[in-house]
Amino acid sequence: MADEVVLLDFWCSPFGMRVRIALAEKGVEYQCREENLQDKSPFLLQMNPIHKKIPVLIHNEKPICESLIIVQYIDEIWKEKVPLLPSDPYQRAHARFWADYVDKKIYHYFRDILRSSSEGEELEKNKKEFIEELKVLEVELGDKPYFGGDDFGFVDVSFVTFYSWFYAMETFGNFKVEAECPKLIAWAKRCMQKESVAKSIPDSLKIYDFAVQIRKKLGVE
Amino acid sequence: MAEEVTLLDFWASPFGMRCRVALAEKGVNYEYKEENLRDKSPLLLQMNPVHKKIPVMIHNGKPVCESLNIVQYIDENWKDKSPLLPSDPYQRSQARFWADFVDKKAYEMGTKVWKTKGEEQELAKKDFIESLKLLEGELGDKPYFGGEAFGYVDVTLIPFYSWFYAYETCGNFSIEAACPKLISWGKRCMEKESVSKSLPDPKKIYEFILQLKKVFGIE
Repeated sequence: MADEVVLLDFWCSPFGMRVRIALAEKGVEYQCREENLQDKSPFLLQMNPIHKKIPVLIHNEKPICESLIIVQYIDEIWKEKVPLLPSDPYQRAHARFWADYVDKKIYHYFRDILRSSSEGEELEKNKKEFIEELKVLEVELGDKPYFGGDDFGFVDVSFVTFYSWFYAMETFGNFKVEAECPKLIAWAKRCMQKESVAKSIPDSLKIYDFAVQIRKKLGVE
Repeated sequence: MAEEVTLLDFWASPFGMRCRVALAEKGVNYEYKEENLRDKSPLLLQMNPVHKKIPVMIHNGKPVCESLNIVQYIDENWKDKSPLLPSDPYQRSQARFWADFVDKKAYEMGTKVWKTKGEEQELAKKDFIESLKLLEGELGDKPYFGGEAFGYVDVTLIPFYSWFYAYETCGNFSIEAACPKLISWGKRCMEKESVSKSLPDPKKIYEFILQLKKVFGIE
């Protein structure tokens, strides 16, 4: 039976991008459906009734939700090509730990900094903490080309999608990630040379424009 | 080489309990080390420098952190006995989804129930019961979330059963009245030795919460 794969997504969601990259790495063809997050489709609400969020992967009509769970599913179903998670249980636990770290520790700064006004203590505090957390990731990367070692893997997929949001963050927060974490930027540029990544991640300037609109709507100055 | 397994834990932690249950299910011998969370040991800080939290499982000198990560590791490493995650990738993704739901919704809501009062507490109780009802819906008529056999989602959720008495007493409500199937499931799990020997007495958890409320200045 031919596989039927549909992805319910939103163009600039770093979580949706993770799934796009994983599918591209595995060479899986799929139909992408753009959701309007201000007016979610009945189909999305039916496929993800619990969280009502994108991304949702629908494989032969069965939905899988939550981006890291989807990426693991993709890795397990299409296992002959380009493994994303290591085969050794300890290395796998290590990879899951760092992907979870991105979700628990890094993600909320993107939300907080984008919603902070350009002046003020809150922004400075968020910036400082954000850089500290990025540095922890940089130490974990070490001198490896990828978090996965010699090969692009699960943690790389989990984090590289946020690179497209760096420009917006840096502009609103008036700082440069590269000045603080040069190895991390070198890593991101290395990932962007991969076709699976480059074609899954939108242009940083388009994301910046989108973020400007969000800040206007929120009344942030 | 003989396996050396140590668990850095705290007796009342539902996250620690998950690891205890998983290790017991697999029949793994391990050394249990109780941590004082107000005075964390150098070993804990060395083994989990990123989060500095329990539980940490140390296997032949190598640390694994984050309870769901630890349970998956235990399942993959000791795979010949009592599989916790299903073998089918789709079933596995669903098990991971519901375990993640427990962490994102049930734990957070339950905490709000004992930490708040007045209107805030009423809202917390409502949200908590709603999340439990969703879990009850997922359980359906199955004996366990894992189906016929105790599995990953059961391990993830059952520790909170030892906290139910504390939530109910602090919030003055009955979880059984709202979610009878979930309570039946809890009792069924407690009949398993791996569970009953890993979970503390609910009354002790309640006393612990009363101490915490004093510390946080909540009454």
